[in-house]
Amino acid sequence: MNEVNMGQNPAVPLLVPRKGALYSFIFRLFKEKPLGAVGGVIFLLFLFCGIFADVLAPYGMNETNMLRRLEAPSLAHPMGTDHLGRDVLSRILIGAKLSMIVGFLAAGMATVVSIVLGIASGYFGKRTDMVIQRFVDAWMTFPDLILLIVVVSMIGPGIPQIVVVLALLYGIAGSRIIRGSVVSIRENLHTHAAQSMGARPLHILCYHILPNIMPVVIVLFTIRVGAVILTEAGLSFLGLGVPPPAPTWGSMLSGSGRTYMYLGPWLALAPGLCLTLVVYAINVFGDALRDLLDPRMKGSR
Amino acid sequence: MKASPETPMAREGSLLAVRELSVSFRSERGQVRALDHVSFEVEEGETLAIVGESGSGKSVTALSILRLLDDAGQIDNGSIEFEGRDLLHLDEPSLRHIRGDRIAMIFQEPMSSLNPVLTIGKQVAEPIRLHRKLPWSIALEQAAELLDRVSIPESRHRLKDYPHQFSGGMRQRVMIAMALACRPKLIIADEPTTALDVTVQAQILALLKRLTKELNSALILISHDLGVVARYADRVAVMYGGRIVEIAAAAALYKNPQHPYTEGLLASQPSLHSTPGERLQAISGQPPDMANLPPGCAFAPRCHYARAECRASRPPLEPVAPGHERACFGFE
Repeated sequence: MNEVNMGQNPAVPLLVPRKGALYSFIFRLFKEKPLGAVGGVIFLLFLFCGIFADVLAPYGMNETNMLRRLEAPSLAHPMGTDHLGRDVLSRILIGAKLSMIVGFLAAGMATVVSIVLGIASGYFGKRTDMVIQRFVDAWMTFPDLILLIVVVSMIGPGIPQIVVVLALLYGIAGSRIIRGSVVSIRENLHTHAAQSMGARPLHILCYHILPNIMPVVIVLFTIRVGAVILTEAGLSFLGLGVPPPAPTWGSMLSGSGRTYMYLGPWLALAPGLCLTLVVYAINVFGDALRDLLDPRMKGSR
Repeated sequence: MKASPETPMAREGSLLAVRELSVSFRSERGQVRALDHVSFEVEEGETLAIVGESGSGKSVTALSILRLLDDAGQIDNGSIEFEGRDLLHLDEPSLRHIRGDRIAMIFQEPMSSLNPVLTIGKQVAEPIRLHRKLPWSIALEQAAELLDRVSIPESRHRLKDYPHQFSGGMRQRVMIAMALACRPKLIIADEPTTALDVTVQAQILALLKRLTKELNSALILISHDLGVVARYADRVAVMYGGRIVEIAAAAALYKNPQHPYTEGLLASQPSLHSTPGERLQAISGQPPDMANLPPGCAFAPRCHYARAECRASRPPLEPVAPGHERACFGFE
């Protein structure tokens, strides 16, 4: 079996990624998951608006025009104006930026917290598992909203504290889901096989556990992005969110949107529809991503 | 009875020497003894088959050698000497150097022993990467050659495939390729063909046998099918109730079984000469309850020849002929 130790000159480069892997992935997305593709497009649009909000917004977010208050949508103001004569489209765009920042930061941090706790609990098991799970139990007995209200009323409203609290709330609760899948993967024969090949625990975690829980992680993350944006909107609605005059979709709904619902329904419709659309798009896109990235779902040749 | 005055050959310097190995498991019914003073040796390049029914301790033996018993299992006593080192006294890092490199294992279910989300190439290259610390390009090159050796066509292209694109037999070939990757001195195959159909079974065993011969690796072939291993093993150990009841060269064991259990197993095989419609012989009774073994010989309740002596005390494993040992007080 000497030839096994030869082969210094690979005739075919084996590790070069296939050219056009991204293109073929996008092609598959549109072909196999058209709904997910639509979700992806809306999601990208949302990101685009969020990133370039300051450039795209035709007016300043706090630019008032008392002569043009509560105007219905027109060419000059595609989404109308609010009770102070501010352009709703501009405020929606800036709101997209804030929602994006809060959503991604909090959901990302929450996912990291979930993975760390879930893996520590599920993979190492025994006493570690016991301690972590009892902590999670205790944490989950606090109502989310109460915790948020306590923190916000102690430190005051602001993006950093909201992001951190939301990340902890969703992260600790979500660790259960990660733990569950880690426990089932850990008992799979291939992790035992890896052990029998002399793999270190870290190697097993990185090559055998993590890739196998990726479908769960992706879904968890995308659902969280939606959930965090919604929770932030809810907090703003209660006046505990990102402080005014920064426009978030939640505060737009609860502030001028609710007060002037009959005089200017577009004030509530614009942020409400955007919120619904973006959250829905993210969820559909996440589902599609999970299915496509899982090699098991790929048809055999 | 063919008791021989000769002592068994002193197998100095064997590759693997398991001595007086006892393993027990915690269960809700207390400590259950899964292995009871099991001793055997494996020479370099030799194929030893371990045969027995479910729960007889075959897999526990295999896992103990690699020290991969789960937390409930505990090695109570004995030694496992491999290349002159006692595996029971090694720490985790040293064990990891042995696992996959010096001793490799092939598991029962090829369908689930491959990672579904990694390509075949990465998995076959894994032991090479772990033990030889070679860069990916060379490891994958070697993986392709390994796949060639286990007769997987178009190996280069198949490196990028995922396990679900392979059939059961092909996956077991991949597992064999992984086991051979570091040219181990000992390969433990735990029922490698149980999940496969009969024709594939023969191909896989023949392949395994041929490749271990080429590498001069020893092979421990675990099976519940005495008939299947007959052609491939040099020696056969028969296990019952956590003990070895008979161990001998394959030919001697088949021609001249010295334990009633082995005899029963051989007699229960259908033969080409039997007339159609003839009923197969069976060993009456149930496999023993490991949590509640009888005080005497574990096989006594099912044995036609059992005497009072058999029910009272356990027969030790003793030589009946050179290289042929059995644990029985003797039977007609």
